Amino acid sequence: MSPDFQITDFHLDVLKEIGNIGAAHAATSLSQLLNRKVDMYVPSVKLVTFDEMFELAGGAEEHVASIFLRIQGDVTGSMFFMLSIESANHFIQLLTGDEAFDFHQPPVSEIGASSMQELGNILSGSYLSALSDFTSLNIQPTVPSLGVDMVGAIISYGLIEISQYSDEVIVIDTEIRENDNPDTKAIKGNFFLLPDPDSYMTIFRSLGVL
Amino acid sequence: MIARNEVVRVGISDMNIVKAGKTIRTSGLGSCVGIVLYDEFKKIGGMVHIMLPDSSLDRSKKINEAKYADTGIYTLMEILKAEGVRPMSLKAKIAGGAQMFQFGSSDTLRIGPRNVEAVKSELKRLSIPLIAEQTGGSKGRTIEFDPVTAKLSIRSVNEEPIEI
Repeated sequence: MSPDFQITDFHLDVLKEIGNIGAAHAATSLSQLLNRKVDMYVPSVKLVTFDEMFELAGGAEEHVASIFLRIQGDVTGSMFFMLSIESANHFIQLLTGDEAFDFHQPPVSEIGASSMQELGNILSGSYLSALSDFTSLNIQPTVPSLGVDMVGAIISYGLIEISQYSDEVIVIDTEIRENDNPDTKAIKGNFFLLPDPDSYMTIFRSLGVL
Repeated sequence: MIARNEVVRVGISDMNIVKAGKTIRTSGLGSCVGIVLYDEFKKIGGMVHIMLPDSSLDRSKKINEAKYADTGIYTLMEILKAEGVRPMSLKAKIAGGAQMFQFGSSDTLRIGPRNVEAVKSELKRLSIPLIAEQTGGSKGRTIEFDPVTAKLSIRSVNEEPIEI
């Protein structure tokens, strides 16, 4: 990032809109996949320290299931779609009919793990293609990878590029949630989009707000 | 009632020290490495949670020493020296450096093993003996050190805690 460039509230609002558009498309995909209504929450965009980033995701030690991919092309960065273990289990049980599936008890079935990966594929794909359409930028995801572990261990891997420039990161955080499920097992997940420092300028330039 | 030890928390790219009566802890190490330097007679120890192998990678305006293996270990040693610890009596235990994901550019992919190598070579450069390690693999770790027993306890998801 150019040293004299200051990110203003206006820029954060633009990034919020990106979270809005991306997650809205992902919510639609999830809704089609489950044949259930899915809600999306207003995104939050924050400049946070790495430790605060872990707190946003439930704390460094929290056990989660997360899809992780890198973004390549005109914009680079890291993207996570993160679910609690309970949400991930519930999703896989719905999709595969395997009621005994449990990430808490590895090794897990291959079909379960690959349907989780496929969920990540579909949701991040629709998020990023919406983003690409909106900005007219070339945005390519890598093949998503599934990690089931502690928040800190997973997210720090996506911070490696950023950490060479800064001790802080801009997080575009959007939550999507299955709607009409009265029990507490409703599927709920968060997208965390972490653009690399050079990429903000590219995004702002393409949207004409620089 | 049993008095519980107070825990000093170390964040990512962060360091701190601890004396008898308290323990020191860092959570969610993935490819990062947690390094403990300690003096078992003075019962004092320090912990640094590094992310990257070498401070020559730094492109920021102001370097955070705790982020890198080379500057992190050196600075922690200096802090302990300022507390009256002789460098000769320092020992080290380390944990972390896992490979969490199976993709990425080759540099990023190998960041865990590279961190571990860099930590070992810096310890060697400073002549600090490495007493125990639990590194590599593909699981995250939370570690906690007690300067009285000089034991480092390590927890991973779905596994029994171990002590080194």
